[in-house]
Amino acid sequence: MTEKKAGMEEKLWRKAGLTDSEYALLTKHMGREPNVVELALYAQMWSEHCGYTHTRPLFKHFPTTGPRIVQGPGENAGIVDIDDDEVLTFKLESHNHPSAIAPFQGAATGVGGIIRDILAMGAYPIASLNSLHFGHPGDRGHTRWLISEVVHGIGEYGNCVGVPTVGGELRFADAYKGNPLVNAMCVGYMKKSEIKKAIATGVGNSLMIVGNLTGRDGMGGASFASKDLEEENDDDRGAIQVGDPFMEKLLIEACLEVFQEDYVVGVQDMGAAGILSSSVETASKAGNGVEIDVALVPKREEAMRPEEVMISESQERMLLIVKKGMEEKVNKIFHKWDLHAVVIGHVTDDGMYRVLEDGKTVGEVPVWSLMDAPTYELVGEAPAHLQRTQSFKNSDVDVPDDLNQVLIKLLGSPDICSKEWVYRQYDHRVQMNTVVKPGSDASILRIKGRDKGVGVTMDSNGRYCYLNPRTGSQSVVVEAARNLVVSGAEPIAITDGLNFGNPETPDVYYQLEQAIMGLSEACRALNTPVIGGNASLYNQTPEFGAIYPTPIVGMVGLVKSLDHTTTMEFKAEGDHIILLGTTREELGASEYLDQIHGMVMGDVPELDLEEEAQTQAFILKAIRAGLLSSAHDLGDGGLAVAIAESCIKGELGAHIELDANIRADALLFGESQSRFLLSVTPDKADQLMDMAAEMGVEAATIGKVSTDKKLSIKNNETQLIDRDLALCADAFNTGFDKMMKTDG
Amino acid sequence: MNWGVLLLPGSNCAEDCFHAVDQVLGQPVRYLWHKDTDLGDVDAIIIPGGFSYGDHLRPGAIAHLSPAMTSVKAFAEKGGLVIGICNGFQILTESRMLPGALLQNKGLKFLCQDQTLRVENNSTAFTSEYEAGDVIICPIAHNEGNYYAKAETIEEMEANGQVLFRYSSPDGEVSDATNPNGSINNIAGIINRNGNVVGMMPHPERSADSVLGLSAGKGVFVSMLKHLEAVNS
Repeated sequence: MTEKKAGMEEKLWRKAGLTDSEYALLTKHMGREPNVVELALYAQMWSEHCGYTHTRPLFKHFPTTGPRIVQGPGENAGIVDIDDDEVLTFKLESHNHPSAIAPFQGAATGVGGIIRDILAMGAYPIASLNSLHFGHPGDRGHTRWLISEVVHGIGEYGNCVGVPTVGGELRFADAYKGNPLVNAMCVGYMKKSEIKKAIATGVGNSLMIVGNLTGRDGMGGASFASKDLEEENDDDRGAIQVGDPFMEKLLIEACLEVFQEDYVVGVQDMGAAGILSSSVETASKAGNGVEIDVALVPKREEAMRPEEVMISESQERMLLIVKKGMEEKVNKIFHKWDLHAVVIGHVTDDGMYRVLEDGKTVGEVPVWSLMDAPTYELVGEAPAHLQRTQSFKNSDVDVPDDLNQVLIKLLGSPDICSKEWVYRQYDHRVQMNTVVKPGSDASILRIKGRDKGVGVTMDSNGRYCYLNPRTGSQSVVVEAARNLVVSGAEPIAITDGLNFGNPETPDVYYQLEQAIMGLSEACRALNTPVIGGNASLYNQTPEFGAIYPTPIVGMVGLVKSLDHTTTMEFKAEGDHIILLGTTREELGASEYLDQIHGMVMGDVPELDLEEEAQTQAFILKAIRAGLLSSAHDLGDGGLAVAIAESCIKGELGAHIELDANIRADALLFGESQSRFLLSVTPDKADQLMDMAAEMGVEAATIGKVSTDKKLSIKNNETQLIDRDLALCADAFNTGFDKMMKTDG
Repeated sequence: MNWGVLLLPGSNCAEDCFHAVDQVLGQPVRYLWHKDTDLGDVDAIIIPGGFSYGDHLRPGAIAHLSPAMTSVKAFAEKGGLVIGICNGFQILTESRMLPGALLQNKGLKFLCQDQTLRVENNSTAFTSEYEAGDVIICPIAHNEGNYYAKAETIEEMEANGQVLFRYSSPDGEVSDATNPNGSINNIAGIINRNGNVVGMMPHPERSADSVLGLSAGKGVFVSMLKHLEAVNS
């Protein structure tokens, strides 16, 4: 080992993204100074993106086990049991920084990457979702360009690879102006017996690389994701990968065909830090060493240095750990699909991670040390803005004179309006499983050959988490569960995406810590453990500062019979409209306050997790008893918006009479938690109300569905809202198109 | 009756078509591998949608050169029933088994939506289950579905009743407003002069399984089956 040492005096490790103390630690682990290859290994594996240096200590709060949990965090994706010896695997992943710089490729490769995580579990990918956050689209052309490109990238990749994009969310706030969020989620289906693990067992077994050639794209992507996004990051363009969905489609087919045989002991997708992290993780799990010769890796560029080959993030590649002697059989199957499967190394018994070039060792470090990234437990400090925002009182704003106009404005506002502009660019029907399409509270997919289905949703609320990270994060979990429950699905588990600013600043660390506590509490209350997730920190720019703390929840639920599938739209004239829950005089943190009064102020509405769980249990019971015509949760924009949405989608009117003693704006647009809007045929109304009383759930009949295509809301005989449905529908349906057509 | 679904690399709707024939129609079906020229004993062939060869160059441009397509052509020349759906339609125009071409949508964006179609001609082997003038819902999902052909070709096709489906409103009105992609005369599906090769951009297989809330597309497959049974009896 006579190569050039990284050299203390050159402080090369700083350029690689390691701190002085981290460098001292790795030198201690190695018993010597690293060479440039070895330094590159540590720099990638010890980045926040691969090593979860700031988040790992906080993960201990997450509940991760439960009766339906087959695999918790630690594999490529978690697994849940959906009965009949069938399982689902799902996970979400962020691709924020790449999407900020090259939105089309950034988003596309985000979709491709998460699909491979699911494939690596041995599953067939059956659904994609995505959660997108941008600055306000009407604000500047750059934002509209980002939105167009991200949506185009997701569509182009998902449509071609043949995995339906069935849901997600699109939210806007100035906080995302400089640093958009692109989180992609994938759900896979398999039989229990088909589960694969990311493990390199069996000394002498071969490491085979399959799929794409390796090039210089995506160099250092993991460390790029682990620092603030700055103007100079345009130089990081080389860190952005380029996607090939056609290759991915072939890879899916070939891998699943190979998995049918008994050739493979372990599988890992190549995501962040490519060959390096995939092989380190599989070796570490087995307690083995590995040896990889970079000369054997099929490349598309010449003269790549060993460390470049190791950390390249070229897309559409997987690592297979193949039983010794089975390599040709594996290659034959890949050949059928016009792909290669090439042996690049093998499993060893010495616990070392050894990189060779043409048989000559160019780097050698202990496997355990690469996995043992130092962690940082910092002391958080409540952000200064909280004192200001929580001092908000309802009396700080007046009740607007024209509440009709407020409703119309809210229906056309960015977070609330129809996102059909987006999802009509996504193939949401391929694979023929989509029972409930995007645009609903949750999307429902059937499981072929069975009567059951799967509900999927992705949710977040950055504004809530900014104003109260703890309750805000709890709200995100319960919101996801509400979306599933009103669709007839029983929530099973979540995957979480922790999108935050720089954790090294005390207020961001506080947000991160509080958010993880909040997510954990809500997951416990609703019996939806965390089975995996992703952390994306350093989402901030010098110009626009840190993003809102944005934990994103991807939740999956089981629809026990497709007969239970329920949607939000009103179904028939004369149906009774029922409101569940208590409406308090709560304006804080609301969409109404933001959109109408331009204020991101107040506290998140009070949330009682027990009451929430009980109300959700009631709804599921009512659905399973066949009592409900429609169900919808109250979220952004409160009661009036929820009623309008059920009317617009059902093309039916509603006449509502309330008897509340609170401000009209709080009554109509406040976002008191744990509330739901149901409709029921008159003959089943009594049974439903009795069931609610039995279960201690507050329920009130507030009106009837009508055919007059009018939305009328009265409170104590005072007419608050009186609008033609056509006007509401027009605002809701055209709001997004109008924003995207803004000039400037 | 034996059905074959052509399996090209990237044809991501092959399984859906297989499912429609196997599970909805209850007929024997198998995949036809793109590298094989021997199609075996098949009575009808479906060229499914998707992105064969990743749509590289142009949708269908590479797929129509695949070995199996030579045999599909020969099969069609002998009168065998062939239906190309979405990318399958693009492959059929690329291979000149059907006239015209499919250009990019006028909106320049991929478009996925449940689309209403008016049935124009029900006296074919693919549409006998419908009445002329019926309006059916059939999802579309494409970026290049804008049907184009020379004026005299269009005229000839219209005169011969070769237009099977047009994009319409739910009450059967055909206008620019009901044209999602810019196709000439709102053309969504056509048939060749011999009446045995159909291409359509909408996906009848996606509205064949009633569990998904749509079932009108099933008529295409049932029509084909009835025709085959009549011919073979």
